[in-house]
Amino acid sequence: MAECHPVAFQWVIEAKARGTTVIHVDPRFTRTSALADLHVPTRAGGDIVFLGALINHVLSGGHEFTEYVRAYTNAADILPEEYTDAEDGGGLFSGYDPDTRTYDNSSWQPTGERDETLQHPRCVFQVLSRHFARYTPELVEDVCGIRPADFGRIADMLVAASGREKTTAWVYAVGWTQHSTGVQHIRTASILQTLLGNMGRPGGGILALRGHANIQGATDVPTLFHLLGGYMPMPGPGEDLDTYLARMPDTGFWGNKRAYLVSMLKAWFGDAATAENDFCFGYLPRITGDHGTYRTVLDMIDGKVRGFFLLGENPAVGSAGGRLQRLALANLDWLVVKDLAMIESASFWRDAPEIATGELVTSRIGTEVFFLPAASHVEKDGTFTNTQRLLQWHAKALDPPGDARSDLMFMYELGQRIRARLAGSADPSDRPVLDLTWDYPVDEQGEVSAAAVLAELNGYAADGSPLASFAGLADDGSTRCGSWIHAGCFAGGVNQTARRRPWREQSYVAPEWGWAWPANRRILYNRASADPEGRPWSEAKAYVWWDEEAGEWTGKDVPDFEKTKRPDFVPEAGATGPAAIGGADPFILQADGKAALFVPKGLQDGPLPVHFEAAESPQRNRVYEQDASPVSIQYRNRRPTRGQVAGHDVTYPFVVTTYRLTEHHTAGGMSRTLSRLAELQPELFCEVSPGLAAERGLENGGWATIITARAAIEARVLVTRRLRPLRIPGEGVIHQVGLPYHWGSQGLVTGDSVNDLLPLVLDPNVFIQESKVATCDVRPGRRPRGPARTELVNSYRHRAGLEDEDQRPATGRAQGAESDSATEPDTGSGPAAPGGTWHHDE
Amino acid sequence: MTSDQGERNSLYGPLADVSGDAGYAEGHPPRVGFFTDTSVCIGCKACEVACKEWNGLPEPDADALLLTGMSYDNTGALGSNSWRHVAFVEQTLPAQGATALPGGTPDPSGLDSPLISEIADGGTTRWLMSSDVCKHCTHAGCLDVCPTGALVRTEFGTVIVQPDVCNGCAYCVSACPYGVIDRREGDGRAWKCTMCYDRLRGGLEPACSTACPTDSIQFGPLDELRAVAEGRLADLHAAGHSEARLYGADPADGVGGTGAFFLLLDEPEVYGLPPDPVVPTRDLASAWRWAGGAAAVLAAGVAVAFAGSPWSGKQS
Repeated sequence: MAECHPVAFQWVIEAKARGTTVIHVDPRFTRTSALADLHVPTRAGGDIVFLGALINHVLSGGHEFTEYVRAYTNAADILPEEYTDAEDGGGLFSGYDPDTRTYDNSSWQPTGERDETLQHPRCVFQVLSRHFARYTPELVEDVCGIRPADFGRIADMLVAASGREKTTAWVYAVGWTQHSTGVQHIRTASILQTLLGNMGRPGGGILALRGHANIQGATDVPTLFHLLGGYMPMPGPGEDLDTYLARMPDTGFWGNKRAYLVSMLKAWFGDAATAENDFCFGYLPRITGDHGTYRTVLDMIDGKVRGFFLLGENPAVGSAGGRLQRLALANLDWLVVKDLAMIESASFWRDAPEIATGELVTSRIGTEVFFLPAASHVEKDGTFTNTQRLLQWHAKALDPPGDARSDLMFMYELGQRIRARLAGSADPSDRPVLDLTWDYPVDEQGEVSAAAVLAELNGYAADGSPLASFAGLADDGSTRCGSWIHAGCFAGGVNQTARRRPWREQSYVAPEWGWAWPANRRILYNRASADPEGRPWSEAKAYVWWDEEAGEWTGKDVPDFEKTKRPDFVPEAGATGPAAIGGADPFILQADGKAALFVPKGLQDGPLPVHFEAAESPQRNRVYEQDASPVSIQYRNRRPTRGQVAGHDVTYPFVVTTYRLTEHHTAGGMSRTLSRLAELQPELFCEVSPGLAAERGLENGGWATIITARAAIEARVLVTRRLRPLRIPGEGVIHQVGLPYHWGSQGLVTGDSVNDLLPLVLDPNVFIQESKVATCDVRPGRRPRGPARTELVNSYRHRAGLEDEDQRPATGRAQGAESDSATEPDTGSGPAAPGGTWHHDE
Repeated sequence: MTSDQGERNSLYGPLADVSGDAGYAEGHPPRVGFFTDTSVCIGCKACEVACKEWNGLPEPDADALLLTGMSYDNTGALGSNSWRHVAFVEQTLPAQGATALPGGTPDPSGLDSPLISEIADGGTTRWLMSSDVCKHCTHAGCLDVCPTGALVRTEFGTVIVQPDVCNGCAYCVSACPYGVIDRREGDGRAWKCTMCYDRLRGGLEPACSTACPTDSIQFGPLDELRAVAEGRLADLHAAGHSEARLYGADPADGVGGTGAFFLLLDEPEVYGLPPDPVVPTRDLASAWRWAGGAAAVLAAGVAVAFAGSPWSGKQS
């Protein structure tokens, strides 16, 4: 956190000054570890075992927050007899189909019966207890290399800092998400925090530190292929308005789904959207499965994609499998890159490593590249949304230089020109673009008013006044709202996100600083901060409570609950929407209002977390027979990714893990180009322990070549005891090699791109790549130049029993089409349940 | 006042009012300074960047951008173009309550002993980070030796170089007990931290302390900062960090205390700071007295010599 979010880390420092204990679990000793009370080195990819053992510690020791668990979770739900847990299936749950590598979740659905005593052998609580029973401190040592004594210290501190009087927060970043089991890492933390009563309460929660300043905003609006706005899923083929809506829950706050969607369609298509035409629902694109970035890259290589826009993204350096990224860009008709400075994704045609190896020849690359200068965040108005869902407005400080323009203006102008071209068209397929409301005010420089866009997201009531909250949305087409979760951010016609009242002038919750979705709530599900009767669990942790005299919920935050719903409210049978949620059910976006210890719907890889080894790992799974994720996306049937991973092969004996440095920004486009930042970390380096340095003959400050089954790169060497070898019983010593990934061929400081080393292995839920664990070898000295670089990679591949990497040079789309993707199952095609969290950080 | 020189022209020892001593009239602003609390420094280098940006320091040549191999420090040292410098010190400390692996067990990997000790010694890693800066000494050697008057004491009690007066003689460079002030290549003049004199004149905090996310660099009236530092030190001692200490906060030290002082978690040498800095002009007064005395003795000797010579008799 100190490394990648130094500004946010000030609050950790402040908490520490007030007595908070800070524990850091990370393969490396980082700048965060330097300030932590305890740093515990761990093997990358063992997080489910570590967290699972904490769950086991809580359950076997009776440390759970019993009243909270009984009242607020689905612990009492009884599962059907057909359900087989991974515990009894060698790591697989019932419903697995090995041919398609997918799960059918029908056997995971609760029976509808509950056992409030939590004693029924098939109730979630008992299943959970059995499931995690094998996650012991000894297993933590076997998998993570964490000593049982260190684990015990953490477990004791966690339990002591949870309950009525205290809460514990878990903070994570892409070290948890960028795995083939990334979503299940978060799930494990969710189970732990729910059992300890650390959700919906001040000082608790699971806090995602996103990859950029505004990743959260990009997810909310969103820029993801599988979501519409406000976490509504993208429609699938053949769906009409009713069948689409039927996919979302009828009860809880998703019960108002029709109002959310219809209002959004009205915001998008205006008067063209009518009840008669299903409010233009048919205009929305349909997804048929995985249309994620990596699948698209493979389609580019196969000549199925003609053009590509890259706005503020540098996949040639920032995405896994850099070589495939560049081969893909080289096989387009046209490419538009809009960025602050020249980046490798726009210059690949002359300086890609594949030109040096002979795989690409500049004169034979047909891609026409358009490079457009972009305005930076200080050169335009807008909002940043942070991990707390807090929107903070930033005002333009100065005009962008030269022809640089905001992305907002670019998209608006592009839309204007396309609409002008299509004007008068009788082709029905042009109607969606022509019917779009595309009428934003622009200033004298042609810049679109960002405030007008925010006001559109906020939405308007039937009388044209700005909406005050999503409670005002109607499903009859009378209200317009671009994003239901953002309704209220422009309440009263005032930009609420621009508020800057210091907390000292209000309360520590600071509701008048910026604006948080939904409805300016700072902690989600905060009804859980009170007991079932509506009283605070303790004075120290009082946050939101029921005021019997006033007959309403009140407190320090906006209650995340219907204001006047009594704690003893019992819903009528058959009720729908919010009315189906009881007065003691805080988790109002869940259909039953309860926290999901067990997730029957929405996950592609199981209702409970299971430890799997990464697709590449030095160690076999010590927990289950099933070794790696049975449902991870690996594109095994696509030609460029066939045989891309080396599994456990000892040719690549070390773990390689990638990360970022404080001094640089992601793929480097915003930092390698600035001397003030570039000079602070001027060269790519690898971090190795003295032990590994001795074993491989590496010298501090010298050069090393790092080789995986995909690529060979060179880096300077930092020998440091901050990277500690792990001794794992029965495995010996496991070395981890650390590599920051900021470098490429452009900018003031250049270097090999670390992401070239990584395979295309994805989490099946959210399509995030496994960047944090792969295997490698390290040898002293610089890498070979020219074709010898490829030969080095292939010599390792041969030793590992893999074929040569596919060497076909890009020769244009006409020759590139090879349709072998039909055999690839479209895993993950069913969008997860609304309200899920999606992580697409770079 | 215990200065050799009494109330005026102080060269050594505690001094209550540095600006007044330099001739500023009553009512000048209070002396300000930096308190750098290294125990909360996260090594983000925002101070280095903010300083360079605000002060418009020259950018390095692209071919000079090389990795030093010294932990995460690629700045190296304070200099004419780096007025803040974050040091990174990696240490391995003996085990403190952590459990070592059972001793004497042969490692199944068969690797040799250095590796085993690396894993098994139970030692904990410590990574010290500290943002160094000009100390703005009470008795500033640089200022005392400057022959042109380019180095001056400001009304805030800080020490700055006036670039339009500096002639590049570099006397100041050898006079700084911390090795801070530095001549710029290709320019020849001496440069160092001004504590953002221009910002202070405009009522702003210096750039570095403004940018520091964790308040490791605190700016304010020096007496207030010293009180804050004493409190922080007491807290750390109470928390068991007995090795924590203040550096430069003592007005009785060799430079009369510094305007920029530090809370360190180890010996100053560990951070590259001199353990007992002394302003080289400390002995200036006595040196002159000795020199004067020596001159008098010499003159007397000469007189005596001549008095006893044959020529004196002749002349008389």
